[in-house]
Amino acid sequence: MSKLGRVSETLSDNFDEDLLLQEPISVWRRTFKRLLSRRSGKIGLFLIGFIFLIAFTAPIIAPYDPNEVLIGKEIVKLKKREGPCIHMLGCDSAKPQHIMGIDGNYRDQFSRIIYGSRISLSIGFSTVSFAVTGGVLLGALAAFFGGWIDNIIMRVMDVILGFPSLLLAIAIVAVLGPGIRNALLAIAIVTLPAYARLTRASVLTVKELDFVKASIALGASPTRLLLFRILPNSLTPIVVLATLGIATAILDAAGLSFLGLGAQPPTPEWGTMLGSERNQVFSAPHLVFFPGIAIMITVLAFNLFGDGLRDALDPRLND
Amino acid sequence: MTAYIIKRLFISIPVLFGILLVTFVLARLIPGDPCKAILGEKATVEVCEKFKIRFGLDKPIHTQFMLYSKRVVVGDFGNSIRFSRPVSQILVERFPVTIELALGGLVVAIIVGVFLGIISALRHNSPIDVGTMVLANIGISMPVFWLGLMLAYLFGLLLKDTIFWLPPSGRLTAGLSSIPFFEVWGWEVVKGTTNSKVLEFFANHYIFNALITGNWEIFKDSIRHMILPVIALSTIPMAIIARITRSSLLEVLGRDYIRTARAKGVRNKNVVSKHALRNAMLPVVTILGLQMGGLLSGAVLTETVFGLAGVGRMLVEAIYARDYPIIQAFTVMVAVAYMLINLIVDISYGFLDPRVRLE
Amino acid sequence: MLNQLIQLEVKNLTTCFRTVKGDVTAVDDVSFSLKKGETLCIVGESGCGKSVSALSIMGLLSPSGYVKSGSAIFQDNNLLSMSSNQLEKLRGNRISMIFQDPGSSLNPVMRIGDQVAEIFQIHLNMSKKESLEKAFEMLKQVEIPDPESRMLAYPHELSGGMAQRIMIAIALACHPDILIADEPTTALDVTIQSQILNLMTQMQSKTETAIILITHDLGVVAEMADNVLVMYCGQVVEYGDVKTVFSTPIHPYTKALMKSIPIIGKKTRRLDAIPGRVPSLDMLPIGCRFEKRCSEKNNHIELECQNKIPPIFDINQAHGSRCWLEKGSE
Repeated sequence: MSKLGRVSETLSDNFDEDLLLQEPISVWRRTFKRLLSRRSGKIGLFLIGFIFLIAFTAPIIAPYDPNEVLIGKEIVKLKKREGPCIHMLGCDSAKPQHIMGIDGNYRDQFSRIIYGSRISLSIGFSTVSFAVTGGVLLGALAAFFGGWIDNIIMRVMDVILGFPSLLLAIAIVAVLGPGIRNALLAIAIVTLPAYARLTRASVLTVKELDFVKASIALGASPTRLLLFRILPNSLTPIVVLATLGIATAILDAAGLSFLGLGAQPPTPEWGTMLGSERNQVFSAPHLVFFPGIAIMITVLAFNLFGDGLRDALDPRLND
Repeated sequence: MTAYIIKRLFISIPVLFGILLVTFVLARLIPGDPCKAILGEKATVEVCEKFKIRFGLDKPIHTQFMLYSKRVVVGDFGNSIRFSRPVSQILVERFPVTIELALGGLVVAIIVGVFLGIISALRHNSPIDVGTMVLANIGISMPVFWLGLMLAYLFGLLLKDTIFWLPPSGRLTAGLSSIPFFEVWGWEVVKGTTNSKVLEFFANHYIFNALITGNWEIFKDSIRHMILPVIALSTIPMAIIARITRSSLLEVLGRDYIRTARAKGVRNKNVVSKHALRNAMLPVVTILGLQMGGLLSGAVLTETVFGLAGVGRMLVEAIYARDYPIIQAFTVMVAVAYMLINLIVDISYGFLDPRVRLE
Repeated sequence: MLNQLIQLEVKNLTTCFRTVKGDVTAVDDVSFSLKKGETLCIVGESGCGKSVSALSIMGLLSPSGYVKSGSAIFQDNNLLSMSSNQLEKLRGNRISMIFQDPGSSLNPVMRIGDQVAEIFQIHLNMSKKESLEKAFEMLKQVEIPDPESRMLAYPHELSGGMAQRIMIAIALACHPDILIADEPTTALDVTIQSQILNLMTQMQSKTETAIILITHDLGVVAEMADNVLVMYCGQVVEYGDVKTVFSTPIHPYTKALMKSIPIIGKKTRRLDAIPGRVPSLDMLPIGCRFEKRCSEKNNHIELECQNKIPPIFDINQAHGSRCWLEKGSE
């Protein structure tokens, strides 16, 4: 498709109209290549792959069942909240190996941490999917119809954004009752407005572009334009936001679980594990350390990947 | 400029209304009967009827909302169902803790974050730059509560017998207490009045109180208790501020007017400090409001970890106990505080960026 | 002695940029001299290296750029080997530069008065009060209407022409010996253009400043220049005084440029554009860079043009061309 020359100047910074005129697939292919050339993107992708691998192969690599209470089944008497015992590092081979120790209910922490990856990943993805779908829908509707629809939707978004996010999530969970599903819903609601605003800005900008008006004047169907040209290409900032949103969601969910408002015991969610053992941090630091490290590595993975993605999609770095 | 300020103030009014509405609705939506939650499952119907009348829960919902709004504006938050004390009194006792924590976190985050961001930008692509950005990435990925617990473990236990020991919980060492400044200065204060509440509110900021009464022991002690919580709380905002400062400064340094400044013969350090920084700080100021929200949220987690009697912890407990007055009041106060902060940030931005205030 | 008339002597300036694809030469062996009070125009298309030459002299290259070789002698000192401290003392003081987009060249959060006053504070060590008074004087000199309120204004409140006047005020405030103007009127309306050019000429007569005027607009050159330097693809291809170069251009590129200027009133079917494209800097030919688009080459010369870069041949006093066709005319 031939270039149509410089168009409207009222573009938001997120937007590159050159991007608009290219085939979406080639944009993605090029982005992928650029992503891999940068350090943060590579490390992020690698870490994410690693975590996914762990999550998929959990039943294979976990030495114990995450909910299996081990008391009474062992040869050597187990101590509650015993520290890590790694045979390679010198622990007496008569004692059973527990790489990350035993928790307050005589369960192997290593296995729980491994299974926890499944929970965290699903938390991240489902929360963001919900928030993105809802947000994009609301934002597109608001921009497309304008008028009082736009007003109401945006006021509601403003009210949500008028509260510190975690506190509002806590309040919502308080209404709905503690539990992992309600925690997900709460976080999704709290993070939704960002996507709505972004989508609305993108659609508004594109609506005013000369080439869109010209295409419509020439008989092109606006719906086809919206679906096949505009939305795919304007989704790039949303994709970046979503990736970073997964990181935030995992962190927030862990926070809610820590407070007892999210995943409930005995679910091996990392925040829950941390929360139930927090009063024993002095005597059993390994029960706080390892879940926290797991959270940190996972969140870091998505943050790095999101950063790499943002740099790779930055229109100003065009070759 | 005044028009800008007035416009901002005007926009805040519907936000305030929205806050009141949302908190009222949310508190009412919490399932469970407050009567049973407070008085136990055995409470009889008659007792609960009296309970309802006493707390105005029998009136129609919109009347309740109007009464509620009227009282909030005056500052009367009613009595806590759980503690049978005025909520405003509980607020006066607990809000200062959260404020000290959040403010401390903000100050540390800004000072360290901006400093690191500037150094990284000026030493672009050097090991310092790369190292700082790696640390920043790790910083924004760390759960606040985990960091707090780890710091408590490190400084509270591992370093116990060294000079680096820091208290892992509480505001003051057992046995010490902070004497309010108005008592120290011998003011006549009648308990229970609005006047006394305002004074108590300020006096409960132990660090501030100790400073103005010259009580170094309390001053040092309360600061020592604040160090770990503030470090834990400020880490994420600090990392974010560092990253934004860095990218903003890098971008500004590439702008035309910086080239003009150099062409004028401005000394290099003045190019940065006089010309670049003021422009580079604009995006940072923009996100400060958001960061404050994060700090208030994080305060909940930090207070839990460090056993600080602040607003956050009380709010979570009140949710479990269905203590409506506290839930409402605390949520309103936090939301209002957040709104005020954003207002201040907006207005400050108007001071800093002339392009905005003349709209 | 004749040398005392020369303000700036640039010899064999070569500037490169570090890129992902390796080092690229943006300015290749550029030489010229600038006399006191003279106006030298450097002409060429976008990307031919004229701006980069100026930035190299001022020491204002971006971090990825560096001067590979050459010298720029100003008052017995080589600008290219000076420390940044020494250069800072000269910039804005003895050598000034103004840029293309005046709107973005001024600091958006500082008042105009302060930005102009700053130059007096730096170089003439004036107090704030004194410098503001002098700034006010300068604003009047560059004919800013309503200078009192303009002193307190911010850059975004000014039109492009107004902003460029401010830039000129700042640049000429200390009566510099040299003013480098990089496409000062390109971003302005045509009507404003002539105002700005007139202002520059006026100020020049007051301060006796030599001007290096960089432009791609031949009309501006005709109006302003004493001498012309034509650049193509990083190299000087022709130089001389403006009358000679315009009436009898020697280099094929210059000739083609002159032909492509439309003349109002003359009927033409189509404009004479130069066929082909400028070679990109990372894939330069080993021979003459204009060769592929040159309409003057002949069979004898062609091989040499393709394989060897022609040096500059001085035709007569102060008129030269970088073209093999001139071999033997020295």
